[in-house]
Amino acid sequence: MVNIENLHKKFNKNVVLSGVDLTINEGGIFAVLGPNGSGKTTLIKSILCMVIPNKGNISVLGENIKNNAAYRHKIDYLPQIANFPNNLKVKELIKMIKDLRGKTEADKQLIELFGLEPFLDKKLGNLSGGTKQKVNIVLTFMFDSPLIILDEPTTGLDPISLIRLKELIQTEKANGKTILITSHIMSFVEEVSDEIVFLLEGKIYFKGSISELKTKTNQPDFEHAIASILTNNHA
Amino acid sequence: MKKQFVFLLAIFMAYLNNAQNIEVCNTCPIHTLKTAIEKAKDFDTITVKKGTYKEHDIVINKPLTIIGENYPIIDGELKGEIITITSGNVTVDGLFIMNVGTSYTEDYAAIRVRKSKYFEIKNLVLEKLFFGIYIEKSNYGKIFHNKVIGDAVEEYNSGNGIQLWYSNHIEVEHNHVQNVRDGIYLEFADNCSIKNNVSTNNLRYGLHFMFSNDDIYQDNTFENNGAGVAVMFSKKIKMYNNIFRKNWGTASYGMLLKEINDAEIIGNVFNENTIGINIEGSNRIVYKNNDFENNGWAIKVRGACYTNTFTENNFLYNSFDIAYNSKVNDNVFDKNFWSNYTGYDLNKDGIGDVPYRPVKLFSYIVNRTPETIILLRSLFIDIIDFSEKVSPVFTPDNLLDNNPLTKRIIW
Amino acid sequence: MLKILKYSFYDLMRSRWSYVYLAFYLLLGTVLLFLNNDLSKAVITLMNVIIVLVPLIGTIFGVMYYYNSKEFTELLLAQPLKRSSIFLGQYLGVAISLSMSLILGLGIPFILYGLFKSSAIWDFSLLLITGAFLTFIFTALAFNIALSNENKIKGFGYAILLWLFLAIIYDGIFLMSLIMFEDYPLDKLSLVGTMLNPIDLSRTLILLKLDISALLGYTGAIFKKFFGTNFGLIISFIMLIIWVILPTLRIVKKSRKKDF
Repeated sequence: MVNIENLHKKFNKNVVLSGVDLTINEGGIFAVLGPNGSGKTTLIKSILCMVIPNKGNISVLGENIKNNAAYRHKIDYLPQIANFPNNLKVKELIKMIKDLRGKTEADKQLIELFGLEPFLDKKLGNLSGGTKQKVNIVLTFMFDSPLIILDEPTTGLDPISLIRLKELIQTEKANGKTILITSHIMSFVEEVSDEIVFLLEGKIYFKGSISELKTKTNQPDFEHAIASILTNNHA
Repeated sequence: MKKQFVFLLAIFMAYLNNAQNIEVCNTCPIHTLKTAIEKAKDFDTITVKKGTYKEHDIVINKPLTIIGENYPIIDGELKGEIITITSGNVTVDGLFIMNVGTSYTEDYAAIRVRKSKYFEIKNLVLEKLFFGIYIEKSNYGKIFHNKVIGDAVEEYNSGNGIQLWYSNHIEVEHNHVQNVRDGIYLEFADNCSIKNNVSTNNLRYGLHFMFSNDDIYQDNTFENNGAGVAVMFSKKIKMYNNIFRKNWGTASYGMLLKEINDAEIIGNVFNENTIGINIEGSNRIVYKNNDFENNGWAIKVRGACYTNTFTENNFLYNSFDIAYNSKVNDNVFDKNFWSNYTGYDLNKDGIGDVPYRPVKLFSYIVNRTPETIILLRSLFIDIIDFSEKVSPVFTPDNLLDNNPLTKRIIW
Repeated sequence: MLKILKYSFYDLMRSRWSYVYLAFYLLLGTVLLFLNNDLSKAVITLMNVIIVLVPLIGTIFGVMYYYNSKEFTELLLAQPLKRSSIFLGQYLGVAISLSMSLILGLGIPFILYGLFKSSAIWDFSLLLITGAFLTFIFTALAFNIALSNENKIKGFGYAILLWLFLAIIYDGIFLMSLIMFEDYPLDKLSLVGTMLNPIDLSRTLILLKLDISALLGYTGAIFKKFFGTNFGLIISFIMLIIWVILPTLRIVKKSRKKDF
C-alpha cells in the first residue's frame, strides 16, 4: 500500500526523519506513535507530499509520489487542525471539496451521523472547535478512497462523536481499507489499531502489534509500555 | 494725421491722372506682369487673371495696385526673388506666389518692399519659399490676410515668413504662417502691431523680436514652433491675449524674454509648453491675468530680473510653477491662483490663509542634475519638497504669494 | 487552478476586507471629486495616491491573506491538486479581487461624475490599468515574502520594508546617486533605475501623460526617444508585465519546494 524507503528530512538544521523505512500493507489500522517532535506529522505529510523529503522514496499504491498529484485521489486525509476559510458556510465547503475531488453521496449520511444539519448554513468562522472537527471528519470520510490518513482525529470531539468516529473507522476497516492514524490518546490507539509504528528521534523504533510491544517492554499495559520506551531511551 | 493726408492726396492724384485698368492674362496682348508694369502709369490698376505666370525679378517701381483674380500663380521657377516693391503706395492683392530661389548669399523673398511707404500686401498665398514677405526700411504698411506656407527643414537654408527690418508703423494682421524658419521676425521695427495672426510649426520661432520697441502683439496664436516666441532686447512691448501652445523641446519656450524692460504681458494663455515663459535680464514687467496650464515650467527665472509683478494669474497643473536659480528675489507674486496650493481659507474670503511658495526644492535639483526629472512626483521628492517648504534653505525665503486665491480667476 | 481561483475569489469577495478596501476607494474618489470639483485635477491627485497606496495595500493584503488561509491551503494540499495551481489560484484570487475593488471603487464615483463625457477618460483608464498592474506585482511579491517566511511577524515586517524601500528609500538612493554622478552621462542610468522599481515604472507611465512638457525639456537623446515617442509607453508596459511574471514564477518555484 505505502512503501517508504530511506526517508530523510530536516528542517533547517533540525533533523526530523533520518532513514525511515516503512511498509504498510493493505488493510488494517496503523497507528503512528512517538513523543512530541518525533516526526509523526512529518512522516504523514511526506506521504501526502506536503513535505518534500531531502532523500528517499515514497510510493503509494505502487506509484512514486514525486511530482505527482493524481495519486492523492486515492487518499483521504484528515488534517490535524481543522481551520477552514472563515467566510464559507459548511454547506459550501462540502460542495467545494466535492467540486475539487469528484462526486459523492456519502456526505449526507455522515452529516446526519454527526448531527451537523443545524450548522450547514453557518459560516465556518462561527463554529466551535469540536464542530469544525466534525466537519473535518465528514470531509475526510465522504470519499471512498483505499487509504485514509487521520492526524489526531479525536481532537475536540465529544464522547458521542468519538464513539461514532470509532464506529466509522471500524466500518472502513471492514471495507478493506488501510487506515493510518496518529494520536496522543493512548486508549484510543489501543482500542482501534492493529499495528503500531513507534517513531523515536527520526527513526522507527518499533513496528508491530500492541501485544508485541507489551512483551518487548515487559509492561502490562500499553500506556506503560510507551512510557518505558521513552524513559529507557532518555536515561 | 499727416499719414492720412498724404494718403488722401495720393488718391486725389490718382483721380487726376485718370487711372487706368490694365488686364493681364495668358492669352491677352499683355501676358506678363513685367510688361504690364512697364506700360502702366502711376496709380493704374493691373488686374491679373487666373493662370500661371513664370516670372521672377518683377520690380514694381511706381505706385500701382495689382489685383489677382482667382489667385493667378506667379511661378519664380526657383530663379531668385519674385516681386520687389521700390515705390510708395503700392498694393498687391490676391496672388499665389511660389518657387522662390534659395541662396546662401542673398535673402530672396517672394515679395520684398524696399524703402517705401504706404504699401498694402494682402490676400497673398506664398508657397515653396525662401523668405516670404520681406519689409526693408519701409514704413506705414499693412500686411493683411496672407498665407505663408513654407517647407523648411533646416535652419541654415530657410528664411522667415514675414520679416520687418528697420521698418516702423507696420500692421501685420490675420496672417497665417507655417513651416518657415521664424514665422514673423522683427528687427529694429518700432511701433508695429501684430494682431490675430497664426504662426505654427516653424523651425525656430513663431514670432521673433529683436531691438524693436513700442510694439504691440495681441490675439495671436503660436503653436508647436521649434523654440516658441522670442522677445529680445526690446522695450515697452505690449503682449495681450495671445495663445502659446505645445512648444516642446530642450530649448523651447512658450515665450523667451531676454533683456526686455517695461513690457506688459496680459491675458495670454500658455498651454503645454516645456517652459511657459523663460525670463532673463528683464525688468519692470507686468504679468497679469495669464493662464499657465500644463506646462513643464510655467515660469523659469534665470537671474537679473527685478521689480516684475505677477498678479492675478492662473497657474494650473504645471509640473513646476516657478523655477529660480538664485536665492535673491525682487519680484512680487500676489493674488494668483495656484492649482498646487494646499492651504485653507477659514474666513471664506477667497484668499488662502497660508502663503504659497511657488518654488520647489526639486526644481533646484533638476536645474543642477537634469536627469533627476525622472523622479518627478515621487513620494520621496514630495517629502523633501515639504521640508523645504517648512523651512526654506535653498529657495528664496521671501518668494511667496501672500494672498493665494482659492478659486481659479475668471476675467 | 481555475477552481481554486474561483473559491479564493469568492472567499475574498465575501470578506470584510474587500468591502473596507472598496469603501475606501469609493470614499477617496468621491472626496477628491468633491474637493476638486474638477475631473482632471482629481485624476492627477489620485495618481499620486495610487502609486503609493496600491502597492502598500497589495503587499499587506497579500501577506495577510496568505497567513490567514494557511490551514485552508493545507486542506487543499491534501486534495489531488497541483501545488502550483493552488498557489497561483490563490494569488490570482487576491490580485483580481483587489483590482476589482480598485476599479469599482474609483470607477463608480468618476462615472457618476461624468467621466465618459470628459477628456480625462484616457488618463483615468491609464490610472486604473497602472493600479491593476501594481496590485498584481505587489500581491505576487507579498506571496513570495510569505512563502519564504513561516513567521507571520517577520513576513509582515518584510512586506512593510519592501514597500517602504520601493516607495521611498529607493528614490532617495536613486536621487543621491544621480546627483553624485552628475558629471557623467546619466540618461541611461536614470531610465534603468526607473525600470528596476515597479513603483517608479508606474510613475513614469503617469509622467508620460501628465508631465510630458517638462520631460521633453531634458537634452539626452535616449530620454527624448523614450519620452518623445511611444517607445517609452511600450517599454514601460513590457517591464510591468515582466514585473508581474518574475515574482509569479518564483511563487511556482518556491511553492514546489516548500514544506507544510
